[in-house]
Amino acid sequence: MDTASPKHAKAAEAFLRDEENTDWHNETLWFVRSKRDRAAQSLPEWEQLREQASQIKAHTLSKLDDYLIQLEENARQNGIIVHWAANGDEHNQIVLDIMRKHKATKIVKSKSMLTEECHLNPFLIKEGIEVIDTDLGERIVQLRNEPPSHIVLPAIHLKKKHIGDLFHIHLGTEAGATDPQYLTEAARIHLRQKFLLADVAITGVNFAIAETGGFVVCTNEGNADLGAHLAKVHIACMGIEKVIPQAEHLGVFLRLLARSATGQAVTTYSSHFRKPAPGQEMHLVLVDNGRTRQLASPDFRNSLKCIRCGACMNTCPVYRRSGGHSYHTAVAGPIGSILAPNIDMKEYADLPFASTLCGSCTNVCPVKIDIHQQLYKWRQVLGEAGAVESTKKVGMTGMDVLFSHPWLYRFAGRAGRWFMQKFPSLANKPSLNPWAIHRDMPKPPEQSFRDWYAQQNQKKNG
Amino acid sequence: MNVGLFIPCYVDQFYPNVGIATLRLLESLGVKVVFPMEQTCCGQPMANSGFQSLSAGCDKNFIRNFADCDVVVGPSGSCVLHLKEHLHSDEQPAEATRLRNNVYELCEFLTDVLKVEELPKARFPHRVGLHTSCHGQRGLKLSSMSELVAPKFSKPEHLLNLVDGLDLVPLSQPDECCGFGGTFCVFEEALSSKMGKDRVDDHLRHGAEVITGGDMSCLMQLEGVLRRQKSPVRVMHIAEILTSGN
Ligand code: SF4
Repeated sequence: MDTASPKHAKAAEAFLRDEENTDWHNETLWFVRSKRDRAAQSLPEWEQLREQASQIKAHTLSKLDDYLIQLEENARQNGIIVHWAANGDEHNQIVLDIMRKHKATKIVKSKSMLTEECHLNPFLIKEGIEVIDTDLGERIVQLRNEPPSHIVLPAIHLKKKHIGDLFHIHLGTEAGATDPQYLTEAARIHLRQKFLLADVAITGVNFAIAETGGFVVCTNEGNADLGAHLAKVHIACMGIEKVIPQAEHLGVFLRLLARSATGQAVTTYSSHFRKPAPGQEMHLVLVDNGRTRQLASPDFRNSLKCIRCGACMNTCPVYRRSGGHSYHTAVAGPIGSILAPNIDMKEYADLPFASTLCGSCTNVCPVKIDIHQQLYKWRQVLGEAGAVESTKKVGMTGMDVLFSHPWLYRFAGRAGRWFMQKFPSLANKPSLNPWAIHRDMPKPPEQSFRDWYAQQNQKKNG
Repeated sequence: MNVGLFIPCYVDQFYPNVGIATLRLLESLGVKVVFPMEQTCCGQPMANSGFQSLSAGCDKNFIRNFADCDVVVGPSGSCVLHLKEHLHSDEQPAEATRLRNNVYELCEFLTDVLKVEELPKARFPHRVGLHTSCHGQRGLKLSSMSELVAPKFSKPEHLLNLVDGLDLVPLSQPDECCGFGGTFCVFEEALSSKMGKDRVDDHLRHGAEVITGGDMSCLMQLEGVLRRQKSPVRVMHIAEILTSGN
C-alpha cells in the first residue's frame, strides 16, 4: 500500500498563513460552541438526553436491517417510491434516471451532506442538468466552485467581503457591498426564480421513522420546504443510518440537534414528510456507500450514530484553526476523520492524525460517539496496514529499541543533552527540527533526574 | 504502601527538577518512595503514532521495573493515562492489569489517596495561570469539563489553593488544548505552534506571571512559545509550586 502524504498538515499550514483570517475563523466557531454550551446548560437533563439518544441509536444499529425494511414497507404504503443504492455511483444514477423519466433538467437542492459525499452535483452537471443549491451558505460555495467547509455552516470560512465580491460577479449586486441584509435580499430574489422553475427538488433526510414510513428534514431557511412543495417531484436522499424506530424518539433528537449545532432551542423548520401531495411524486433513496462495512466493525460502528450536528467541528481546536477544506473530504472535522478512511483508507490516512486527541469532540457529541478513541484506533489500523509515512515507522521502531533497553536510553539521553549543550544552534535549527520553526527547545540540564537520584543515593550510603 | 515513582523519559532528560520536586513533595507528605532505576518510557509516543504494536518492549520494561510497587505515581497526566488505558503484556497479563489499576497522576494521588487538605509550608506569592491538560482533564477526569453539564471541580486547583500567597488567574478558555499532542507537534508543526501561541495568549492577557500544570509536555510546548517570544513569563510544573517555600 502507498503511504499517506500529510495533506492535512500542508493545507493547514497554508490556511494558517493568513493569521488574521485564522483567528477570525477560530473565534467565530468558538462563538457557536459557546452558544451550544449555554443551550446545553439550560437543560438540567442534558446528559441524560445524550445517553438516551446514544442508546436509541445503538439499539437501532443493532437491528438496522429490520428497521430499514420496516421503513421501506411503510414508506411504500404511503405512496413513496423507495430505492436502494449500494454506493455513490448507484445513488447518482438513480437520481438521473428519475430526472430522465420526467424529462426534467432543473433541480433545486436543499442541504444534504450525503449528496456531497456521493459527488452528485458534478455528476448531474456533466449530464447537462442544472443543480442549484438553495441553502444560502451552500449556494455561496457553489458559486465559488468549492465544496462546503462545514456540515452545518458551509460557508463559515468566508467573510462578508468575499460574499459581496462573489454576488457582484454572479448576481449583479453593487461592487463592494457587504451589508448582510442587502446581500441576502439579492440571494433571495435569485433563488426564488430557481425555485419557481425547478422540475425536481432534492432534500436530505435528518431522521426517517421506521414506524410511520415518514421522514423529517431540518432547515433554518425553509428552503427545503419551498423546493419540495413547488416541484412536481421530490427526491429525498439518506444514508441508511438515518433511520430511527419510532416517532416518539424524534423529540430526543430534535432537542439535541439544534442545541448542539447552533445553540438554538429547535431548528426553525423541522418539516415532516409522510406522503406525496396529490399530483406530486416522492422518492426516497437509501444509500449504503460503506456504511454496512462500518456497521460490521465493532471499533467504528459507533460513528454511525452521528446526526451531523457539527458540534465536534466547532469545538475542535484543530478544525477551528485549519478550516474545513484542509480535511479534503465531504464531512470535515473529527467525525469526518473517522468516516473518511472507511471510504478510502489510502486517500484519507492522514486524517486520524490531524488531531491532538484532546477529547473535546467526544464530550460535545450529542449521541456520545467516542470520537477521539476511534481516531486513536484508526491510527493503529493504519499503522498495521502500512498506511502511515515510512519515516514515522522508522522513527517509532527506533524508539521501541531505545525504550526497551534502559542502558541505551541512558546513553542516548546523555549524548542528546551533551549535543544540545554543545550545539544549541543545531538543535534549534528549523530545517533539522520542525519544532524549532516557531518554538524554542528546552535548555538541556547538566544531569538527568536519574543521575541526580543515583548521586543522592550514593551520598546517603556512604 | 510501596510507592513507585514514575518519571517519564522527557521529564527525566529535560526537566529533572520536576522529578526532584515530585519526590520531595511525596516525601514531605510522609510517603516512602522508590525510583526503579531501569525505567524508561510509557510507550505513548509509539502508540499515538499508530504503532501501539511496537510498544511491547516498553511495556515489558515498565512492568519489570514496577513489579514490586503497590502503586505507581507519576507527574504527567498523559503518560499516566496511556498506562491506564494501554499497558499490556501477553506474558504477565495479571501484573499488567494490576499496574493499570494502580497508577496515579500526581495531583490525583495527592487529593484522592493522600487526601491532602493543607500544605503548611507552601508559599508562592505570584499570579499563576493553570493550564488544564486534556489528557489529565478529560482522560483522567482531574477536573470538570466545560462541555459537560455537571458540577464544577478541579483537583489541581484544589491543591494550588492550599498554597499561601498564590493568586490563580481566570482564563477565557479554561480547557482549550495547547496543541502539543505528542508527535502532532512535529507532523502538524504550523497548527501545533499556533495552538500553543493562542494558549499562551490567554494566560498573558489575564496577567499570569507563571503558567503551571500537571503535564510537562504541555508546559514544554508553552515554554517553547514563551521563549521564542522572549517573554519573562515562566512555566513551572505544579509539583515545583507545591514544594516552593519548603
Ligand atoms: S460526531 Fe457527534 S458531534 Fe460530530 S457531527 Fe456527529 S453527532 Fe455531531
